[in-house]
Formats: sequence, structure tokens, C-alpha cells
Amino acid sequence: MSANCFPESLNLITDSATDESKLTVQVRSMYEIVEKTKIAPDIFQFKVSAPLVARKFQAGQFIVLRPLETSERIPLTIMKADKQAGTITLVVKAIGLSTLQLAGLKQGDQIYDLLGPLGHRSEIGKFGTVLIVGGGVGTAVSYAVAETLKAAGNRIISIIGARDKDFMILEDDFRKISDEIFVLTDDGSYGKKGFVTEELKELYLEGRKFDRVIAAGPLPMMRAVVNITREYNTPTIVSLNPIMVDGIGMCGGCRAVVDGRIVFVCVDGPEFDGHKVDFDSLMRRNNAYRDIEARKEHDCKIDKQIAAEQNA
Amino acid sequence: MNEIPLKDRMKIPRHTMGAQAPEVRVGNFKEVNLGYSPEMALEEAQRCLECKDAPCSQSCPVHVRIPQFITRIVAGDNLGAVDTILQDNLLPAVCGRVCPQETLCESKCVLGKKGKPVAIGNLERFSADSTAEIRKERVEKVTAKPTGKKVALIGSGPASLACAGDLARMGNEVTVYEALHAYGGVLVFGIPEFRLPKSIVEFEVRSLQQLGVRFEKNVIIGKTITINELFKDYGVSAIFIGAGAGLPNFLGIPGEELIGIYSANELLTRVNLMKAYQKEAITPVLDFKGKAVAVFGGGNTAMDSARTALRMGAAKVYIIYRRTAEEMPARREEVVHAEEEGVEFAFLASPLEFIGDDKGWLKSVRLQCMELGEPDASGRRRPVVIEGSEYVLDINMAVIAIGNGANPLLRDSPGLEFTNRYTLEVNPETLETTTPGVFAGGDIVTGGATVISAMGAGRRAARSINQYLLSH
Repeated sequence: MSANCFPESLNLITDSATDESKLTVQVRSMYEIVEKTKIAPDIFQFKVSAPLVARKFQAGQFIVLRPLETSERIPLTIMKADKQAGTITLVVKAIGLSTLQLAGLKQGDQIYDLLGPLGHRSEIGKFGTVLIVGGGVGTAVSYAVAETLKAAGNRIISIIGARDKDFMILEDDFRKISDEIFVLTDDGSYGKKGFVTEELKELYLEGRKFDRVIAAGPLPMMRAVVNITREYNTPTIVSLNPIMVDGIGMCGGCRAVVDGRIVFVCVDGPEFDGHKVDFDSLMRRNNAYRDIEARKEHDCKIDKQIAAEQNA
Repeated sequence: MNEIPLKDRMKIPRHTMGAQAPEVRVGNFKEVNLGYSPEMALEEAQRCLECKDAPCSQSCPVHVRIPQFITRIVAGDNLGAVDTILQDNLLPAVCGRVCPQETLCESKCVLGKKGKPVAIGNLERFSADSTAEIRKERVEKVTAKPTGKKVALIGSGPASLACAGDLARMGNEVTVYEALHAYGGVLVFGIPEFRLPKSIVEFEVRSLQQLGVRFEKNVIIGKTITINELFKDYGVSAIFIGAGAGLPNFLGIPGEELIGIYSANELLTRVNLMKAYQKEAITPVLDFKGKAVAVFGGGNTAMDSARTALRMGAAKVYIIYRRTAEEMPARREEVVHAEEEGVEFAFLASPLEFIGDDKGWLKSVRLQCMELGEPDASGRRRPVVIEGSEYVLDINMAVIAIGNGANPLLRDSPGLEFTNRYTLEVNPETLETTTPGVFAGGDIVTGGATVISAMGAGRRAARSINQYLLSH
């Protein structure tokens, strides 16, 4: 049997897929971590081999992965993809059990399962001036759409924020694609002191106008952003990050209320008109498992310790 | 041969399959039904009148040769029995457990006219289970000449599994693509372990792999690879879509976003696929211990959800259905099992609104009473609201089990046409879609139905695909 029914055969990314002699020696490649970088405390950037996903990826889409056979399914937005190399880049904050398991994997390790690209792509067009607001790991979520909008001829202004200097991520990436950039930390240990929403307000007060705002970050941040942009009637797109199980429209666990209707973020999103999202109910839903997770985490202290040692 | 005179065969009582005691089984996820002993199976098989016209077989969607396989059991040849079934039904251990025999084969059994029909399902299960060890050792080889043709199957549920087996036996190179990380579709994420042990599904998948069928997980056709690419880049000559009906319906009433409300799919996926019932599982499931749970719906999935909730420790589980017990689509056996386990039924009740506390957790549901009116298009009497009959039921959790819509992931695929229910348009004879060379069957075409009808469609599609491949 020829190997070109293997979805992750590396050769498939090029037209050499018809070269049978090459293909027969291919073994099924899993999702190898080709690069792992700790970019902030508990935040890791992974470059993962997933040629088919990389080839299909369009800005705004996500994947669902399981680091180990026993892990839960974690949805992660793709930060960027290298179609030639067949890799995708993911940024992960190790906070739950499964993200800790992922953080425990090293370069050269395989990710057990990885499915994608999922969800709709971002709407790309020549809007004019687009303001990107990224907070925390949301900075990575908004990167692909920012980069693509830049390439589409938009003027990109970025506001990126973090808790403190240590947690500031992807600044260099954003500098490259931004016409103007504002960097903030909550405590002022790096860049300007303040929240991204304060900077947003200031820009509006200066009389700046934006044709579109893209916001990605913690739900309270996105809610604050849309509350401001609503006043100025700026179309605002948010990328939602609800609790998900399958990621393919099967469970409805990721449902959110948008424009008074229930949507499934995984298949209807993940991006929505921020002015229509019911953030309050989504924030409550995202806390549904907090107690259970905390209990489980307590049980798994040893796992955590091992992961921490491996990442030291 | 069965040498017992017909008259005496009719005097043998039907054997009820043993089951775990209700108070024991609510505390575990092990299979409820315990199967027949060889003695019970033999006696049950001896009840068969071996009717020449086999009305049982005629009413089976895949026309299993029922009298023939039962005769083999009578002769003590269980392997012969299962092999007889396998000629028509690839998944005897599965269908013996989850097929609605009472409305299919057993409903036409001649014995049923005066007494109880032969327990065909139980015998099917017995013939599969009693030979599992032997069949594990037996590796089936394809005898047909290789056709050199590649066929891709989308989804790994019962329709695709049946289709894959037939296509492989016809000498084709078959690859099954599955989006999730486990094979079996609804058999693994939907039907709970206590009704269908996952090891049975694994066994069936392994048998197909031994037959040369290739399985690829984590591939979502339409996203990871498109249908067009399968033809163009993968050298595939024909495609079968068996993507199922997995998009859960919600009630569409206020408060459905509250925490504590699951779709049946979410509850069952967390518990079955992600194994949340095992202590070491990482995927969390909301804490059911001591809680009051309302399950909405009257089908097998509603029963599965209610019984899963009990096993997760719920103190009280209600099934709330807007018609009466008569109209419930669930199998009788499942309803009885649920009732024995302590599930309470609220018939002729329909939800109006979910009410939550200030933290967004479900705390009650407002219901109204119904009465049955004139029959609707489905032939079932339509529930009509009784004005002024509203009441509030305190619950901590709710599970919505009112059916699923067709899989949404292929809707953007060019060339495919869908009905207004988003099921695929197919030629009813050949099961070919509006795209030449692309066939479809199972729930993606019919909407939510049964494992056996999906399997039947998979087999029919395999025949059509074979025809198509011969002429292309």
C-alpha cells in the first residue's frame, strides 16, 4: 500500500506527493515538538510539526490537542504557520492539568493527538486602520490576524499588555507587523504603566479613529474593550475562548450567547462581533470547573512538580 | 438440526437475560446485561420454528439470515452461527446489544403472535460473545484480487465501519478518516460503557485493520483535507461520507446558557470518550453527587444520560418528556432498566425556562403540563399546552437529549447539496450524493436513526461504490 493516505506524511505538503519511491519510506509522523521556548513564567511557545494543519491554516483558526493519551482535549489558537516547514506555532500558558502536561513535553517529544485547523478564519479585508488589543496570552491569539491584516494593506496599531515585565510576550513579533505599537504592564515594570483598555481610551480621547478593533485576551479585558469601542461605534471582533471538549460541534459545551442567540464557538466562531457577545454569562461558564480542577490539581501535585523540574 | 417437535418448541419459555441487580449496577459502569449461558442460549435457540419465509430476516435492515444462524446454535456450532451473521452484519456483538429488535426482527417472529418472540438479539449477542476468543485468533485475509482503487471513508461510526469492511473484501484500498481521537463514532462517544463495552468496538476496529483497512484519527475532512484533495492529491477514486448526526439540538428556551446544563452529547462525551467516570481521568465532569438532575427527551440517549447521571452519583434523576410513555422512542428495555435504577419519569411536561442563581448556576426549571391532541406528521399524538398549568421543579443539573442535527463540518464543501435539515441529498437507490463518486449513508443522510440502519446504508453504499469503481 502506498503511503499517501497517511495524513501526516511530510511529503504531502509539496507536489512531490506523487513520488511513490519517496513516499513508501515515510512512516507516520506524529506531531513532533520541533522547538520549545519558555517565553515567560509558565508560558511556552511551541513549534509543532503538523504539515496538513499548517498547509490549511488561515488566521483566526485553532487546533485541539491532547499532549498525552490521558489528557483532556485543549483548544489552542494557532499563532502562525510555516507551510514550507510544515509547522504551526502555539503559545500556551500552563494553568490546568493538561496544559501542565503539555508544558512538561520537551523538544523532540510527540504530542499525542492534534486536530485542525478548526473554526472559521478571520474576516480579512482592507479596512484601513486596524487596532489590535492583546492582553496576556491573548497577544498570541491576535497575532495571526494582525499579521494577515497587515499583509492585506491595513495600517496596524497594536496595544499589547501584560501583568509585568516578565510576562510581556511577543513584543518583537508585534513590532515587526505594527505601524505603531503601545506596550504596557500593569505594574509599570516595563513599557507604560497601565491596562490596555486605558491606552485604548486615551487614543480615542486623542481623537484617533479606527476602522476596526481586534481584541483577544482574558474575558474581562475583552468585555472592557468592547464597552469602550461601542461608544465610538468601532466594529470590534473578539476571539472567544470558552471551555471546549471536542471542538467539532458535537457537545455544545462551548456555547455562548451572541446577539441573544446561542452559538457554538467551535463551529460558529471562534471570532464574533464583540458588541453582541454576552460576556457575563460566558465568564460564569468558564468558571464552571474551577472547583473541580482545583481539587484535581491538588491530587496531582507530584505531576506538577515533575513538570516544573523539567521546565526549570 | 433442531429435532424438537414444533409444538414442544412453542412450550419453551423465552429466556430473560441476566442483569446486574439495579442497586448494584447504579454504583458501577460495567455492562448491565450479563448475556446468556450456553445452556440458556441452546434452549432459547430451540424455540425457533425455522420458518421458511423467515419474516424476522425480512424485517432486518441488513437481512441477517436469522433462522440459519439460530440453527447453528442449536447444533452447538456457535462459530458457524456468528459466521452466518457476519455474512450480512459486520457487528453482531454491537447489534446484539443496541439494535431495537422488538421493532425489527423480533416484531415479526411468528412465536410473538401467541407468546413471546424468540430472543433474536440475545442469541446474536451470544453467538458473537461466545466466539470472541476464537475470532481474535482468526485473521481474515482478503481473497478478492486487488483492484488498485483507493476509497476514503469519512467518519468511523457504524455506517463507515460496515462500508469499510465490504470495500476491503472487494479488494479496494480503504482508509477511514476520523476527526476524534478514537474510532467508532457514536459507539464510543455516545453509547455508554454499561450498555456497550468499548472493548467490543475496539475488537471490531482491530478486525478491520487486520483486513487491511487503514484508520487515520485527528483528520477532519473538509478542514484538514478537503474532498477535492482526496480525489486530486490522494488518488482516491470514491468517497463514502458517514459523518453522522452529531450536532446537539437545544431546547431554545431562556436560560440554556446556565452552568449545569449539558447536552446529552457533552455529558456522554465527557464520561464515555474522555472517561470522566474513572478517577484518574483528567477531563472534568460537573459534580453529580447528591444532585437533582432533569433529563429532557424520551429516546435511548435520554435513558443513557439519566442512567449515567445516576452512576455519577446523582441523588434524583427525572426524565421529562412532553408526551406519554407510549410515545417514547426509547427501547422498552432501556426504559425498564432506567426505571429499575430509580429514574423518575415526568410525562406530559414541557420546559419553558431555566432559572439560575446569581452565580449563573442552574437552580430550577419552569415547566408546563401538556395533554395529547391530534396526531402530527410523525403519527404520534401532538402534545398541547394546558393553560395555567405551570410549575417550578428544583434541579441542580439538566441534560438536553432531544436529538442531534447532521454534522455541520461538510456544509461548505463545494458540490454537496443538503436538505433543509442539513442532511445530505443522495440518490435513494445508489446513495450517491450530488458530487459524482461521493456516496453517503447513515445519520448524515437520514438524521438520527439506528446503528443497524446506518450499517445497512454503509453496506449498500459499498455495493454502489464497487459498481462505480468498475465503470470509472
